[in-house]
Amino acid sequence: MSERQDDKPQEGRPTGDQPAPEAPDETRSEAPATPDSDSSAAAAEAEAETKAKAAAAKAKAVAEAEARKEPWERDPAAPEWQEAESDGLVDALKSSFGEGVLAARTFAGELVLEIDRQSIREVGRSLKEEHGFTLLVDICGVHYPDRDQAPFEVVYHLYNLDQTRRIRLKVGTQEGIDVPSVVAVWKGANWPEREVYDMYGVRFAEHPDMTRILMWEGFNGHPLRKDFPVEGIDTGAAIYPEFYGDEAGPVAGTGTGWKPPEPPEDKPEEPVPDEA
Amino acid sequence: MVEFFGETLYVYAVVPFLKIIAAIVVVLTIIAYTTFAERKILGFLQVRMGPNRVGPWGLLQPIADVVKLLGKEDVIPNRAVVWAYVLAPCLVVGPALLILSVIPFGPPSSAGPASSWFITDVNVGLLLVVAIASIGVYGLLLGGWASNNKFSMMGGLRAAAQMISYEVPQGFSLVVPLLMAGTLSLVGIVEAQLTQGRWFIFGFFPFGLLAFFIYFVSGVAESNRNPFDLPEAESELVAGFHTEYSGMRFALFFLGEYANMIVISAVAVTLFLGGWLRPFPNLEWLSFLDLGFLPPGLAGFLWFLIKLLVFLFVYIWFRGTFPRYRFDQLMDLGWKWLIPAALLAVVATSIWKVALL
Amino acid sequence: MVEVDSSDLSRDTLFGVEEMEINFGPQHPATHGVLRLKLKVDGERIVDCYPVIGYLHRGTEKLFELHPFFQNVPHTDRLDYVAAATNNLAYVGAVEKLLGIVVPPRASYIRTLLSELQRISSHLLWLATHAIDIGAMTPFFYTFREREVVLDLFEEYCGARLTLNCMRPGGQPYDLPVGWVERCAEFVGGFPEKIDEYEGLLTENRIWKKRTVGIGILSPEMALDYAVTGPMLRGSGIGLDVRKAMPYEMYDQMDFDVPVFYNCDTYDRYLVRMEEMRQSVRIVQQCLEKLPEGPLMAKRPRVLKAPKEGDVYHAVEAPKGEIGFYIVGDGTPNPHRCRGRPPSFYNIQVLPEMVVGGRIADLIAVIGTTDVVLGAVDR
Repeated sequence: MSERQDDKPQEGRPTGDQPAPEAPDETRSEAPATPDSDSSAAAAEAEAETKAKAAAAKAKAVAEAEARKEPWERDPAAPEWQEAESDGLVDALKSSFGEGVLAARTFAGELVLEIDRQSIREVGRSLKEEHGFTLLVDICGVHYPDRDQAPFEVVYHLYNLDQTRRIRLKVGTQEGIDVPSVVAVWKGANWPEREVYDMYGVRFAEHPDMTRILMWEGFNGHPLRKDFPVEGIDTGAAIYPEFYGDEAGPVAGTGTGWKPPEPPEDKPEEPVPDEA
Repeated sequence: MVEFFGETLYVYAVVPFLKIIAAIVVVLTIIAYTTFAERKILGFLQVRMGPNRVGPWGLLQPIADVVKLLGKEDVIPNRAVVWAYVLAPCLVVGPALLILSVIPFGPPSSAGPASSWFITDVNVGLLLVVAIASIGVYGLLLGGWASNNKFSMMGGLRAAAQMISYEVPQGFSLVVPLLMAGTLSLVGIVEAQLTQGRWFIFGFFPFGLLAFFIYFVSGVAESNRNPFDLPEAESELVAGFHTEYSGMRFALFFLGEYANMIVISAVAVTLFLGGWLRPFPNLEWLSFLDLGFLPPGLAGFLWFLIKLLVFLFVYIWFRGTFPRYRFDQLMDLGWKWLIPAALLAVVATSIWKVALL
Repeated sequence: MVEVDSSDLSRDTLFGVEEMEINFGPQHPATHGVLRLKLKVDGERIVDCYPVIGYLHRGTEKLFELHPFFQNVPHTDRLDYVAAATNNLAYVGAVEKLLGIVVPPRASYIRTLLSELQRISSHLLWLATHAIDIGAMTPFFYTFREREVVLDLFEEYCGARLTLNCMRPGGQPYDLPVGWVERCAEFVGGFPEKIDEYEGLLTENRIWKKRTVGIGILSPEMALDYAVTGPMLRGSGIGLDVRKAMPYEMYDQMDFDVPVFYNCDTYDRYLVRMEEMRQSVRIVQQCLEKLPEGPLMAKRPRVLKAPKEGDVYHAVEAPKGEIGFYIVGDGTPNPHRCRGRPPSFYNIQVLPEMVVGGRIADLIAVIGTTDVVLGAVDR
């Protein structure tokens, strides 16, 4: 405890290695490297040279001043996507699943794997049983209405207790195409998958209980889709059939051009067909 | 003839009637203020104030409660069995108050039954107490069943199972003072404690104490109080058998619970703690505790009252301290521990008694 | 302990066995809100249990998408409404990660301080309700006596007692008021004695032990499979604590232990939480001791704009388990998607595994031990 006292930042004394809890290291080291001397093409050389020198000196001074600043006094630099370094996990997955792993990138130091929809369950099982990702932290959906291919994304957060490592799996899908459920791998996937179905209408194949969870049975719509109106819909027709009858009553999604999807046909046992 | 008839009427009708009225009024007052004391004592135990708004120190709170309960709508659920629903609270309160008829609150008077401190002295008093006390369970069972509510139903079932189970050790434990006294009359039992010179809780040590302990534990269970308040466990069964009751009918259940507490305490005082006797009735130098300056009998009544209040305090103390048993654990305790222990006490006392002869 | 053997449900009995279906909740005193359980019971024994949630669904995740990053902090208060500070911390942590903001140390210390005080207050509330569910009424009032002091400290700091809204992306909105440090130190100095007082009422109480020891067994494998986190996982023998595993804020500077118990039952989860309160006291004391001077806000643009593409997940150890926020940015000041990973959602999912075969009274004890807050489950 007493040794830790030295780590305390003192006023006026820059401590470069101050533990920065939030930002990963690489983003901070990139921050001062922004001003680049932009010597334009053809101009008076001497002038250009002096200008460039002055600019360089100025940039240097700025960079030095910037370097003297505490990390929280600098302009925040957002992290960027990077190709994942090849570590054992990515390599092992790529070798055993090949095309199943579509991409491996990192963002803010977090490994993100894009997985082919067909192989998510096998990838999950492999991650759990061979790579120690025993904890399925979360499953959630995201809706990207601008994407033509696979506007829906199911995101899995996994955690490895031994390596204290988090990874994120992403699976793209679209309306009416089921994602293989991972309940067989992690029992805890049951409710979050139901929630994704409830909120986005993404169904999961071979899920033991594919029903709504937060909204009530018979609710007409999927609230977290981007085209779902924020003010909600009047689902009176669905709630009070005896009052409104089959045809009468307000229709879900009127005003936004959104229509409820056709319920997908039952496809017992056969694997999910590839998107056309 | 007329004089004789008048006197008989006076001794056997008018006086008992007045005594009944007095007993009920006194007991209802005690009940009202037990609820008040419960809230105050719990408040003290739980570092809060308790009721303190109605009257000085909240003393009028029970009256306000009664007024509120009387003014409430008396709801009968839609598909309830009405006759049973209405009858149930009466079945709880009635027997509890009926037992008061044989409880000796004070000593008998040499001047005759009219001026003694109890309503009547039946020579099978103890049997009467046990018999009537077991009727109370019908009220809870009927109330739970008639409400047409699953939680009430379970509460009623729990009540029935619990009260029937605990009647067995209770009955056995009552045999011990009975053996010591050799009479079933409650007055006779107290007088036996006077002649033997000790409270029966100390008789045949430690079996008197054991019997007393079993009686009191069973009594707490009989009256559905913490830690045996399973039939009305609000966190499990919402409120058990009286979930659906409101207004005065609910108040009657409430009344029945407190009346039961008082009756069980009164029987315990009579059988084990010497009824109206002062502590250590055998020690001459403690005779100042007889409070001879008071009118005859009043001192005895005061002693009885003090012991009763101690019991009521213990009831409340339990409520402030203990968590609740689970149902099967409760049954375990009753059948596997209390009944064998009670049997042991009965057998040992009998052998001891025979050996003394 | 009574052996519960579910195989004997089909036993031949003298009388017909009829199962009864009970709707347990959503309005029930022991469900801590609006949890509804469809129970199938055989007498007192639970044959089947199916939780139904969603009665408190308010569409918080939809609301997140409508508001700029700053304005979302109050929404996070309403998730786990008895532990608002840790919700705030998880959310602002995720936003800072997404934008690359570094928080100054004083703000970071204050955040650590607040989240540990929040842990104490949340555990106190848990103890109160757990005890009153099992029938012990008095601990409720004792714990509320201390919780009141914690809430007063919160009120002094940020003006609110429950929905704190006490953190901002980039740092802390206010400095500690004058005398706050002393008052806080006085409270945490006396608090361990109060914990002894609660333990005196419960820990060795025979009835308490009968009601909790061996009840609601959650094996470590089961706990991991169901993504159970927090004290429930640590009561099952797995010492996962985000504060130690992936330290955030100032937890890597703190000296504290993570209590782990191995019997997997309700009693051990109770012990875990009691010990956690003591450890929180230690952390608060260290924070107060080390609290540096300095700025409270990092340099940041007036309008926070997320990168064009990118998503982050940031988790903290809430009193009930790991609460994490997954934020997807799309180059606008609003999050494209903001998902709160509520610990209670996963902790309550495992409930049927823990109660089937037990009694109704065990169900009450187990619901209490999951420490569920339906505001977080339903969002």
